[in-house]
Amino acid sequence: MKTATSSMSAALRLATDTDTSTRVTTVNPIGRIIKYVLFDILQNRIVIGYTLFLLAVSLGLFGLSDDPTKGLISLLNIVLIVTPLVSAVFATIHFYNSYEFIELLAAQPVRRGIIVWGQFWGLVLALETAVCVGIGIPVAIYAPTATGLVLLLAAAGLTLVFIALAMLASVFTRDKAKGIGLALLLWFYFTLLYDALVLFIMFSFADYPLEKATLVMAALNPIDLARVIVLLQMDISALMGYTGALFREWLGTGAGITTAIVVLLLWAMIPMLLAVRIFRKKDL
Amino acid sequence: MLESIQLSKSFGKLKVLKDMSVQMRAGQTISLIGPNGSGKTTFIKCLLGLVIPDSGSIHLYGNNVLGDWDYRRYIGYMPQIGRYPDNIRIGQLFDMVQEIRRGTYQRTDDDLLRAFDLPKLAHKTMRTLSGGTRQKVSACLAFLFDPDVLILDEPTAGLDPVASEILKEKVLAEKAKGKLTLLTSHILSDLDELTTDVMYLMDGQLQFYQSIQALKEQTGEEKLHRAIANVMKQHPAA
Repeated sequence: MKTATSSMSAALRLATDTDTSTRVTTVNPIGRIIKYVLFDILQNRIVIGYTLFLLAVSLGLFGLSDDPTKGLISLLNIVLIVTPLVSAVFATIHFYNSYEFIELLAAQPVRRGIIVWGQFWGLVLALETAVCVGIGIPVAIYAPTATGLVLLLAAAGLTLVFIALAMLASVFTRDKAKGIGLALLLWFYFTLLYDALVLFIMFSFADYPLEKATLVMAALNPIDLARVIVLLQMDISALMGYTGALFREWLGTGAGITTAIVVLLLWAMIPMLLAVRIFRKKDL
Repeated sequence: MLESIQLSKSFGKLKVLKDMSVQMRAGQTISLIGPNGSGKTTFIKCLLGLVIPDSGSIHLYGNNVLGDWDYRRYIGYMPQIGRYPDNIRIGQLFDMVQEIRRGTYQRTDDDLLRAFDLPKLAHKTMRTLSGGTRQKVSACLAFLFDPDVLILDEPTAGLDPVASEILKEKVLAEKAKGKLTLLTSHILSDLDELTTDVMYLMDGQLQFYQSIQALKEQTGEEKLHRAIANVMKQHPAA
């Protein structure tokens, strides 16, 4: 009790002493906002639980077989489902639970855009740390190969993308249930519906050459894109037929991987820019 | 000092504010009154940029501040219902707001903090606070950075008489320093001693905006609430 009291009065004194000199500077308090977002996330233990879960799954899968490549494939399937789901749901819930904080900030001399970006980077830092520890460490131990690195990159990229999509869903509606529902719908769409749609198209137009179209369709789904990048590293693209060969030709090269990463980053940037745009005009 | 020009806002089909044009000067203490749902809070939120008006503009010190954010350093805001992160302690909340606003203010004013004896409660988390204590926190935050303009939305609702009196004295003290205060309330007698001007809002339309003096002379009533009741009869807008 004593420490809290003195810290408040200390802060008051500190502020009184120093702030005349900085009056004219235009502040850009995004770092301070990220700090408080992180502080808030670390207070509930979900991120720590998530880290431990990823760690347990990764270590378990690598431990099951002697061939680390098999472990990587199993891990890939988990990563493609779990990281987008947890990122989307956690980010949406966190945004709605921070509504009070956001309202408080919005009445301060702080840019609206800074508030959303602060939330975003706070979430990114927390969840990417979970991915790096939970997946990165086991991969570094059991499969310190290019494939392992690409898998880690894919997990990190998907986390980024689905936090951004969650932010977009969150600013879309004020209703928490609708927001979480929207985030889940996006996840469901990219995980299941989209693939069903692609299969349907390929089946319907089986008589036509669809290889290039397939490539484009993969890029239009961040999860598929991540899957393809990792599979191409594994030398099993031969199993994917002519389309696989084309994927190999396009994405197997350094330039292809770079393009894929850029596309993944676009999948994060575009929803975030949209979210900021919407939030700037939103009535709180 | 603070001015709104033809401010309009609708939520869906409902027109909440209709061409609200008012000028507010330093040293005024303005009571914004009106029935529930008349647009008081929306007007205040427009001034703060929390709600984006459909048309019209807002000027502070002659500058159009619509869409701006930096001007909020000159405004202290006490919301009707102060909502704060649940797990944060009072002390942390004050530290946090100060850290986030670092560089935007000259001095802090902790008179109210002391008067409400809040440092004693610094270790309490916001979740455990009563509605009244929350209001005290909101009030302290509004006055903390010694702003030129104070916007207080229903400041005395939920405060006990002692706290309410302390807050009123603080508003008077700030008025003496030449600050502009805009406050809303339903309870007129509560604000009698503070107010210099009355703004009456109904269905999003400004019904009248007059100084207390003029109002009392015009109606021949000494009590503020009687005078207003009198004027309301003359403006049968409802």
